[in-house]
Amino acid sequence: MYSFEPTEEQQMLVEAVEKYAGNDLRTAAREAEESGELQGKLINKGWEIGLLQASIPESYGGFGERSAVTGALAVEEMAFGDLAGTLAVLTPSLFATPILLAGSEEQKQAYLPRVIEGNWTPFTAALIEHAFDFDPNSLKTYATLRGDQYILSGEKVFVPFARNAEAILVYADLDGLTQGFIVPKETVGITISAEREKLMSLNGLPMYRVKLDSVSVPVANRLGGASGHDFGPVLAAMRVANAAAAVGVANAAFEYSMNYAKEREAFGVKIAQKQAVAFMLAEMRTEIEASRLLTWEAAWKLDQGKEYGCTEAYFAATGAADMAMMVTDRAVQILGGHGYIRDHPVEMWMRNGRGFAMFTGLAIV
Amino acid sequence: MPIEFEAPKPVVQTQFVLKTVAEEMMRSRSRYFDEHEHEIPWDYIEFMHTAMKAMGAGSLAPKDKGKGQGENGGEVREKRPSISYQILATQIEMLSWGDVGMYLTTPGGGLGAAAVQAAGTPEQKVKFLERFGGEKPTLAAMCMTEAGAGSDTASIRTRAVLDEKTNEWVLNGEKIFVTSGDKAFTEYEKLGKGFIVVWASIDPSAGRAGMRAFVVESGTLGVRVVKLESKMGIRVSDTAQISLIDARVPFDHILGSATVEKTMTGFKGAMATFDATRPLVAASGLGVARAALEFLKEKLAENGIQIRYGLPRQKLTSVERDVIDMEIMLKSAWLMVIKAVWMADNKKSNALEASMSKVKAGDACTKITQKVVEILGPLGYSREFLAEKWFRDAKITDIYEGTGQINRLVVARHILGYSGKELR
Repeated sequence: MYSFEPTEEQQMLVEAVEKYAGNDLRTAAREAEESGELQGKLINKGWEIGLLQASIPESYGGFGERSAVTGALAVEEMAFGDLAGTLAVLTPSLFATPILLAGSEEQKQAYLPRVIEGNWTPFTAALIEHAFDFDPNSLKTYATLRGDQYILSGEKVFVPFARNAEAILVYADLDGLTQGFIVPKETVGITISAEREKLMSLNGLPMYRVKLDSVSVPVANRLGGASGHDFGPVLAAMRVANAAAAVGVANAAFEYSMNYAKEREAFGVKIAQKQAVAFMLAEMRTEIEASRLLTWEAAWKLDQGKEYGCTEAYFAATGAADMAMMVTDRAVQILGGHGYIRDHPVEMWMRNGRGFAMFTGLAIV
Repeated sequence: MPIEFEAPKPVVQTQFVLKTVAEEMMRSRSRYFDEHEHEIPWDYIEFMHTAMKAMGAGSLAPKDKGKGQGENGGEVREKRPSISYQILATQIEMLSWGDVGMYLTTPGGGLGAAAVQAAGTPEQKVKFLERFGGEKPTLAAMCMTEAGAGSDTASIRTRAVLDEKTNEWVLNGEKIFVTSGDKAFTEYEKLGKGFIVVWASIDPSAGRAGMRAFVVESGTLGVRVVKLESKMGIRVSDTAQISLIDARVPFDHILGSATVEKTMTGFKGAMATFDATRPLVAASGLGVARAALEFLKEKLAENGIQIRYGLPRQKLTSVERDVIDMEIMLKSAWLMVIKAVWMADNKKSNALEASMSKVKAGDACTKITQKVVEILGPLGYSREFLAEKWFRDAKITDIYEGTGQINRLVVARHILGYSGKELR
């Protein structure tokens, strides 16, 4: 059957996220963007909602079961508050969720309880590389098997919290396939840039470059163990998260610009009463809905597990990146000159908006 | 029910059965009827009538004459949410994939019956809708548009005046763009007795509040089909111009109340019809779009071009990008249709979702069919293939049942909470 109603449990979770996103993330967003500092207290408060913890079974220290649909609902709502804050809160998932999805039993037992016990702790992952044709399925960082060790070489960018990370899940090319490798803190050959990445947005999120110079890890550290794993569902889960976050940011920009248009007067009427503005808003709302449904469907398919919904996740992420750019651009346009001024958040959302085309790997559901 | 995207079994069966019908009865005849405008596709009409009768899907009249009883007189079992709109949208999408013009000639109540469903009394529903289960295929049509009133339906000038002596309504005016108006009104031997629903004002000073719909039986004196339009596409579907000169209809053929309160009930009847039919028109357009996109992918495959799904945009060829963008448009538009009809099935108010699905589908099907012809180049432009026909057929989706602009206006009013006065 078709159905478009979240369960009661999902609704409760979404409400908790909504409160945090509105009261905490949104109010701190501008300050964090300008100063480059997201407060640890703020991140930990989001962590305590327990999105990751609730996706991990009791046997590994969690209290629930993973659902990409639930994840998508929560990520959208959180990103409605602030994207940088959302990515910070969810950084440990970048490490834990692929282990949950594709890790060996030993890896699950060794790492999942460690990640989710207690406060937010920086565990992270490194996927993105510094190339215009960066492709998660065709990485330039590579792994070679030498005896009972994998040797990793290459360079990763946009790695959140790499500096203090307990462990990094590094993705590398192994004989033409993308595979994950667990690289613990202070492994020899790994260099983390002293300076943070400087990007067009996400200033509050500390991201680093990670150099791997013949980094050696045991075979058992390959995600899934010696026989490895299928990267498809992991990538799909990243794409769904990316799409959901794009919907959240777009919705923030849509609502803000709509409320502005209902207040702002020109030529004796509210500008929302002009069709030129009203039609933009109608199209923004329509495209947000289109992306949201695509994202939900892809997430639902991932939860069905059989065919992974990989193509759907690709569609959802690709469509949402376009949509978010269009919607955030229009939000700035509706505010006009005021939209360009950093007193309003729409210009920040527009800078976020462009990013979704390259953010795959910064979030996962 | 949690969020789910599993198509219900009856929906899947519908797709399966109708695909054969679409291929055998429609595609094979598409080009012929496109080039022989105003000919009637009798074998399709008769086939569909027989098939629908066999499936027990003919009569649209309410079935629960004895309350609390099922169709066979047994007790109604546990109430499950209906999926009838979901099935209907699927049927329409699939038949339009076959040939959208021919789909419009499918016997049944169409928009005329939809108006009766939305604005009629229970007695009227029985009286006017029972006929569709009869021996002969029967059609009904809706007459709204006039030469001077398209999207602005409130400026309709057709008048209805009550003749108190005979207790009849006397209708005067001229309607255009009546889809299937000829088949609904003209008394063809092969067709059962149809009707047209005519929107007219019983009090022009009252504006929209004075608007009412009247059921005008086929063959009524004073009513004439004066012209069949020649169109860009959907040529097999007749588009009639109908004139009404002192046409008389019985008093009880008015849908809704005969007195003009200063409320909008009459006009709201028309608008309620649109909430139900807009996602269906959207579904129809998406059927055309899917036909065109599938044809393009076939032709690309024949030429050894594989679409590399999953690659980042920067690595894709222009054609691959176009195809992927079209798939995203088509898929998301279809999900919006499904959500809108799912809401209708679950008795949730769906005016916003209905209009959004129509906005999205109108955009999607025009852009997709245009792009398909472009990518196919001379193959697309040639009448040897159907791509150029789908390009012409698809365009109507963004025009009828509310243009893309009118639907944007509806969406905007909804999200802004504005009345028609606040956002004109």
